[in-house]
Amino acid sequence: MNNTIQHNPNKVIIAENLTKRFGRFTAVDNISFEVEKGEIFGFLGANGAGKTTAMRMLCGLSIPTGGKGLVAGYDIGSQTELVKKSIGYMSQKFSLYDDLKVWENIELFGGIYGLKDKEIKTKTDDLMKVLNFEEERDKLVGSLPLGFKQKLAFSVSIFHNPKLVFLDEPTGGVDPITRRQFWELIYDATSRGITVFVTTHYMDEAEYCNRVSIMVDGKIEALDSPKNLKSQFNAKSMDEVFQQLARKSTRKAD
Amino acid sequence: MKQLLSFIRKEFYHILRDRTTMMILLLMPIIQIILFGFALSTEVKDTQVAVLAPANDDASQRIIDKINASEYFNVVAKIHKTDEIRTIFRDAKAKLVIVFEDNFAEKLRHNGKAHILLIADATDPNAATSFTFYASNIIASYQQELMGENKNPYQITPEVKMLYNPQMLSAFSFVPGVLGMIMILICAMMTSIAIVREKEMGTMEILLVSPMKPIYTILSKITPYFVLSCVNFATIMLLSVFVLKVPIAGSFLSLVVVSLLYIFVSLALGLLVSTLTDSQQAAMLISGMGLMIPVMLLSGMIFPTENMPVALQYLSNIIPAKWYISAVRAIMIKGLGITSVLKEVGVLSFMGLVLVTISLKKFKVRLE
Repeated sequence: MNNTIQHNPNKVIIAENLTKRFGRFTAVDNISFEVEKGEIFGFLGANGAGKTTAMRMLCGLSIPTGGKGLVAGYDIGSQTELVKKSIGYMSQKFSLYDDLKVWENIELFGGIYGLKDKEIKTKTDDLMKVLNFEEERDKLVGSLPLGFKQKLAFSVSIFHNPKLVFLDEPTGGVDPITRRQFWELIYDATSRGITVFVTTHYMDEAEYCNRVSIMVDGKIEALDSPKNLKSQFNAKSMDEVFQQLARKSTRKAD
Repeated sequence: MKQLLSFIRKEFYHILRDRTTMMILLLMPIIQIILFGFALSTEVKDTQVAVLAPANDDASQRIIDKINASEYFNVVAKIHKTDEIRTIFRDAKAKLVIVFEDNFAEKLRHNGKAHILLIADATDPNAATSFTFYASNIIASYQQELMGENKNPYQITPEVKMLYNPQMLSAFSFVPGVLGMIMILICAMMTSIAIVREKEMGTMEILLVSPMKPIYTILSKITPYFVLSCVNFATIMLLSVFVLKVPIAGSFLSLVVVSLLYIFVSLALGLLVSTLTDSQQAAMLISGMGLMIPVMLLSGMIFPTENMPVALQYLSNIIPAKWYISAVRAIMIKGLGITSVLKEVGVLSFMGLVLVTISLKKFKVRLE
């Protein structure tokens, strides 16, 4: 078997037979897929399907039991530090510090990713303008409404211009208008060449993705554009596609 | 009514499913009862005694035998020169030295009066008061016997001399204790809570995904508490010297070295607690109940460890504060140098290394 994957600059993620076992339980079972540069890739699956485990492997947080993966051209098994430098990450839990001010949060994460003070300052100014946040700059993040926080968290996750950003259910609990605005930020990021890897439970959001994969019981059961998936499953919406696939699951959701 | 019942049931589920908290809730009262029940006694058993009896006559011998026969004392050494008293205390061979005056029996027989000097190591004033009192009582009972035999008035006057802490200031004993306590509080409890808070808030995940090395995460968490502990140390020192008038009898440098070592051990302990738990409450309970109460009760800070049941005495050996407090007492109050607390320093270093190794290993596992 060929052990190395050829790096292709147009593929931001290459996963080959990626597997993660915990004892006798196979959380992620031999998945293979590729993500193109600049695309919005939806990563769907019911709770317990193995999404989070797969994403953790791609982020360099968890070492695969089997298979290979390249993220931004780096091996997720042996080059985790380089992988971490090239990615951004926003979790389903709110990922900024409530007891820090807006600019302090930005400064902190800019610092963690090794940006220079001057760069952080000018980028913060720009960001505040784009988000229309100039008044909130000195406010504690904890005092902001959830929608604001989510937009800020996303902006912070791509503050260091990563090649790829992982969004783990970024819009949970956010109202539809804010969700809409949030997706505008995502499109804006892709226009700057940042690839987006997003998990979501909202099927209308799945429609916004360029391509969608659906995981069932640790395996990828479907992978295509929303349009193709709908015609393939003879469904009117992504929700229907998801329902048809998720019904096959034998694994209990946790 | 139904709502109330289902709510109560829900609360039970919370407790039953959180094993750590449940264990703490179940075990804590038991541990506390045991600790309070046994540790609160101020009786001092098997206090080590050295005897200086220049005449070596029958009267002094009978008193020595009586003292040795008592459950409170063990006569461990007989010395022959007054110079040796200091060595005995410095090497912690005995807590009490009984000095009979020259020609003790003769004076007693001829004059009906004789003197005994009880010199006590009063670094722990509670214990010193107790055991000198017991010793005086034993001497008084011998005097009674003597009077019963001869129908003559005899008088043996025990004189008590408290070494190291002549005014019996409790500040002498509680300053090292408070030091030991505060460091545990700041370093162990606050560090563990601060790290666990990150996990609880979900920000730990962000830090782990970032290129920041885990060791940096740990160090950045530890640093503020380290600084805080140093400030605390300085404040306590200043207060004790200038307000409580407890002088630093020994070398300040040795004191600082020992304290830094203890801070290191406490931080490692906090780190370990943070790897064991995922919620702030659990971290608080573990460090609050699991560290602070043992420090208060078993470290010798309030109650002398010598009078505890053997099992608790063994238990007290694994409490870092015990070694720290003992070292601080030796340096700060007895005025000894670092060479006389090598055992304490050794034990603390060993504990620190073990704790750091375990918690770093555990912290890595967490990243998986």
